[in-house]
Amino acid sequence: MDDIIERLPEMLIGAVTTIELTLLALAFGICLAVPAALARTSRLWWVRAVPYAYIFVFRGSPLLVQMFLLYYGLSQFEWIRSSMLWPILREPYWCAVIAFALNTGAYTAEILRGGIQSIPKGEIEAAKACGMSPALMTRRIVLPRAFRIAWPAYGNEVIFMLKGSALASTITLLDITGMARSIIAENYLSLEFFGLAGVLYLLISWAFMRILKIVEIHLSAHLAPPPLASATPE
Amino acid sequence: MKTWIRSVLFLGALAVCGSGAAQAKDVLRIGSEGAYPPFNMIDKDGNLQGFDIDIAKALCDEMKVECKFVTQDWDGIIPGLLAKKYDAIVASMSDTPERRKAVAFSNKYYSNMLRFAAPKGTALKPTAEGMKGKTIGAQRATIAAQYAKEKFKGSELKVYDTQENAWLDLGAGRTDAVLADMLVAYEWLNTPEGQNYAFLGDSFDIDDHIAIAVRKQDKDLVKKLNAAIDAIRANGTYAKINAKYFPFDIY
Amino acid sequence: MIDLHGFGSQLAMGAAMTVEIALGACALGLVLGLGTAAMRLSGIKPLVGVAKTYTTVIRGIPELLVVLLVYFGSARILTGIAESFGSDDYVELSPFVAGVIALGLTFGAYASEVFRGAFLAVPNGQLEAARALGMSQGHAFRRILLPQVWRIALPGLGNLFLVLLKDTSLVSVAGMEELMRKTSIAVSFTKEPFTFYAVATVMYLGMTVICTAALHIMERRANLGYRPLTTA
Repeated sequence: MDDIIERLPEMLIGAVTTIELTLLALAFGICLAVPAALARTSRLWWVRAVPYAYIFVFRGSPLLVQMFLLYYGLSQFEWIRSSMLWPILREPYWCAVIAFALNTGAYTAEILRGGIQSIPKGEIEAAKACGMSPALMTRRIVLPRAFRIAWPAYGNEVIFMLKGSALASTITLLDITGMARSIIAENYLSLEFFGLAGVLYLLISWAFMRILKIVEIHLSAHLAPPPLASATPE
Repeated sequence: MKTWIRSVLFLGALAVCGSGAAQAKDVLRIGSEGAYPPFNMIDKDGNLQGFDIDIAKALCDEMKVECKFVTQDWDGIIPGLLAKKYDAIVASMSDTPERRKAVAFSNKYYSNMLRFAAPKGTALKPTAEGMKGKTIGAQRATIAAQYAKEKFKGSELKVYDTQENAWLDLGAGRTDAVLADMLVAYEWLNTPEGQNYAFLGDSFDIDDHIAIAVRKQDKDLVKKLNAAIDAIRANGTYAKINAKYFPFDIY
Repeated sequence: MIDLHGFGSQLAMGAAMTVEIALGACALGLVLGLGTAAMRLSGIKPLVGVAKTYTTVIRGIPELLVVLLVYFGSARILTGIAESFGSDDYVELSPFVAGVIALGLTFGAYASEVFRGAFLAVPNGQLEAARALGMSQGHAFRRILLPQVWRIALPGLGNLFLVLLKDTSLVSVAGMEELMRKTSIAVSFTKEPFTFYAVATVMYLGMTVICTAALHIMERRANLGYRPLTTA
């Protein structure tokens, strides 16, 4: 018990790193997911193909392999090490953020696509009838509606990303898991510190879920009555 | 539906069989890492090779037991011993007071010093002052990582799961220098990947004895191992193995 | 052609091991999932509590941490139990079994939610009808409930299996010689991380494609006797 109290500050520093990594990855992931999801719902097959390939690769292979490919793999090439990108790619922190963002972006794109496709046709027709341009319609109708419909599924993805961030410990980062592994390397108290790490993750995921719920209520308040379109069969 | 149930049962049975491999009494199970050339590494056929492995086999021959090797990642290697996954660790482990709290050690089977490896012609100095603000790579849960953490407080320390990954990152320029066991660094500097790198400064002699770790209660095993180490030192087996890897005596 | 420096057969062995772990963990996870779903639906308070705690905890902590905990923690606990019974024998969990347990625990927690949803989706009237026909409870469960639960749960379980297949890479951290670890060994020999991690990615993608196709066939079979009421 004394050991745990003594090392708690280090574990909390690890928790901050975990939260940072997760939030950065989610933010970049959304930036990737929105264009990918829109392109996926395009009518032109060659527009659909690009995000399809992206989503297929990143959802079909393990995050750990993707991260190693980015971190250890890219440094195999001299021209990458002498390129402008190297100052970013040499940092394990940014490698982790990029790998996580690409991964969560692919999953989020699929979730958003589901959202876009379950918007009732009538709403799109109404927007067109009002004379909205496709761009305006996407911005004002399609995306906000898709986000609202997809929100619960996206909440799951947030938790998955939080859990996935533990992999950062394999490329030298001291997130919660990395910190726990380093401490255990010194005192061999594996059960205690992996257990403590588990508790920290549970607390963070509980906090994330609370926030997601609050946002969900907030989203619904602006769209009365709450949409049930995705639940009722047509 | 029925075939489905049958396959589940079959797989369940498979899993149980996997765990229940019987152990004969005269088998010594030895844990090693397999990512620490030239001391222990895994070859193309998936077998363990290296100085540690040759020494372990020689000791087993001497003790008239059969060696069975188990590979285990470094940061779990002591927990694995305590959990009785194997009976002895022959993996270039340093005998330290911290580890002695958890395990017992045999006499040394070779000696080790720590030394920096860095790009050739670097202006770095291997002192706390000279490494200030620089990035040092080391393997997690090693004496090198511990030494770097204590003596080079002004530097950023990056710890890796394996020594191999620490070398990869030094090669990629992500770290300014790697602190490692001198003999392991020596091996790497002699590979094609290490040709643009050199030792930085002198070795840190930390009176580091590399020994075999066993569980504290296995006092007999320590005695047997010590006798066997003395025997292979005396009958020339040790010198033969030594010469296979290094042109100088590492005892 | 890519030069694998003679590591091709090792990678293939690793891939086979990956599939074995995934199938083993899936089998264990299905049992755990069914059991947990049954506990959740039993309405008996302590059982519901245990089931809820299990699913909440497992779903809130990283799979990597579960693997590390089972691998390092379980052996200590098991050996401790054996010692308290006066045995100084070791209790061994092979990396394979530890990996299967860790991934099976995760799979089970998610599968229990899928099963619970599927049980609730079977209309109560059908069970009442079965009882009215004089079927025993076990009989009704086996002949009426289970086949339908299987059909409803299959897509969800399929997704979980695909996640599981990728999560097997985490077991490499615990020393299991599956595809990911074999790849790392090849990298440490050849110093060609990009080549080998790229090959590993392609192999995982291949496995995903095969499993997706297999699941598709299974879903078709499970849906044989079923025609949706709405003509969509």
